[in-house]
Amino acid sequence: MSDFLLILVSTALVNNFVLVQFLGLCPFMGVSSKLESAFGMAAATTFVLTLSALASHLVYHQLLAPLGLEYLRIIAFILVIAAVVQFTELMVKKTSPLLHQVLGIFLPLITTNCAVLGVALLSVRRESSLIEAGLYGLGAALGFSLVLVLFAALRERLALADVPRPFRGAAIAMISASLMSLAFMGFAGLVQG
Amino acid sequence: MSLMHASTAQAVPGTPGVMRWVLVATLPGIALMSWHFGWGVLANVLVAGGLAMALEALMLRLRGRAIGATLGDHSALVSGVLLGAALPPFAPWWLLLVGVAAAIVVAKHLYGGLGQNLFNPAMVGYALLLIAFPVPMTQWVAPLGLVGPEALSPLEALRQLAGLGPGLDALSGATPLDAFKHKPEGLMAQEFWAGEPLPPGAQAAWRDVALGWLAGGALLLWRRLIDWRIPLALLGSLTLLSGLLYAGDPSQHGSPAFHLFAGAAIFGACFIATDPVSAAAGRRGRWLYGAAIGVLVVVIRTQGAYPDAIAFAVLLMNFAVPLIDHLLPPRPLGRRQRETSP
Repeated sequence: MSDFLLILVSTALVNNFVLVQFLGLCPFMGVSSKLESAFGMAAATTFVLTLSALASHLVYHQLLAPLGLEYLRIIAFILVIAAVVQFTELMVKKTSPLLHQVLGIFLPLITTNCAVLGVALLSVRRESSLIEAGLYGLGAALGFSLVLVLFAALRERLALADVPRPFRGAAIAMISASLMSLAFMGFAGLVQG
Repeated sequence: MSLMHASTAQAVPGTPGVMRWVLVATLPGIALMSWHFGWGVLANVLVAGGLAMALEALMLRLRGRAIGATLGDHSALVSGVLLGAALPPFAPWWLLLVGVAAAIVVAKHLYGGLGQNLFNPAMVGYALLLIAFPVPMTQWVAPLGLVGPEALSPLEALRQLAGLGPGLDALSGATPLDAFKHKPEGLMAQEFWAGEPLPPGAQAAWRDVALGWLAGGALLLWRRLIDWRIPLALLGSLTLLSGLLYAGDPSQHGSPAFHLFAGAAIFGACFIATDPVSAAAGRRGRWLYGAAIGVLVVVIRTQGAYPDAIAFAVLLMNFAVPLIDHLLPPRPLGRRQRETSP
């Protein structure tokens, strides 16, 4: 039980994918100008990341490894992620049109989120069990969601600040992200390994 | 921002008045710290304060703002003084310059200057220095005193400031938190302290300094310049959580008193977390903000890699403040508590 908690804390805070490992920066910068869309993106990513971490774990250990095709993992994982995203979109559209309205445009975007591929590749390297891989994906997704939502709220306030002209827009957003990253370094050492 | 805080604005004198009181409130802490740790503390505070004023003037000029009125509000001086007091005594000039530049130029003026900074300037400077220059940032001198036989002379302090000194290796000693952090795994806490891991008088010195900051905080509370909720929530959650850990295993954890008085907890609670600009705006938000800082401090101190964690905890919660204000907005003035939901 405490192992599972450690995986969650480790991936969500200590090795946060955005602020510590610098993965998934495109949605982090791109979808964080409004709080509402950040919530939508966070929810969609959490769902897809967890599912794709499980699916790629299965594909790797049940299909690629027995056939000796490990070198195909990148392309296989991209395929898996694209399929999971498509499948999620179809399912959400059928079962919950409301949720589809909220998540709609974000779902296809997730295919290009490098954090999703990063999680799949890194979790395979850890040689973990299926449950651990799922938790690894969930922890990564929670960490991503946390900083995305916090960053979006921060940027909404930043939009009102009297930032010097050369630093407006992307520049001050990058500087804020770097200060957040600085703050997250405080979590270093919280979980060993 | 100024809109959000309008409900508290009329109770307080203008910014220059507030900042003057904050400067006065830092005096007991700085005086006691100088008494125990020597001229290096005064050098830090004066040089950092001066550099902060100079960089503030430079930034105002670059931004085409009136220099006189804004510089006269003392807010840059306060940031510089607080950073100077947080840094290890006898720090070289370049350490102060880098820290103050990060505080005033990046954390304050790039975000629009007074009243708009999202992150506490002094803590941005401190955290940046801690990550970038871990060695000079963790070298604390032993409490040699200001005038005692072993104390470093003012001239020696100036040489250290200029970076010409022989280095402080021979004189440095761990801080209590740092020493306890590196306690050997199997050793019991009592045995560890019995082995006198610290220079003589270090624990008493740190406790006196904390009491000095507490006196300053009491002054600010008495003048109603800081919201009592934040220090109370911060120190309360810190005491509660460290108390639970201590009750669970007193041989491996520091007592609540140790957590309160051995490090920067009281300094952070009274002078850093209470910065009205980077703290949460609403009452409920402030309870949450303060309590979360206290929890983060204990978690990072006991589980993390850093012996003290005020800077990181404050920055992490500064980063959460916009969302806290969004979810727990300040109540509009004049409304009673019950009517505000949903």
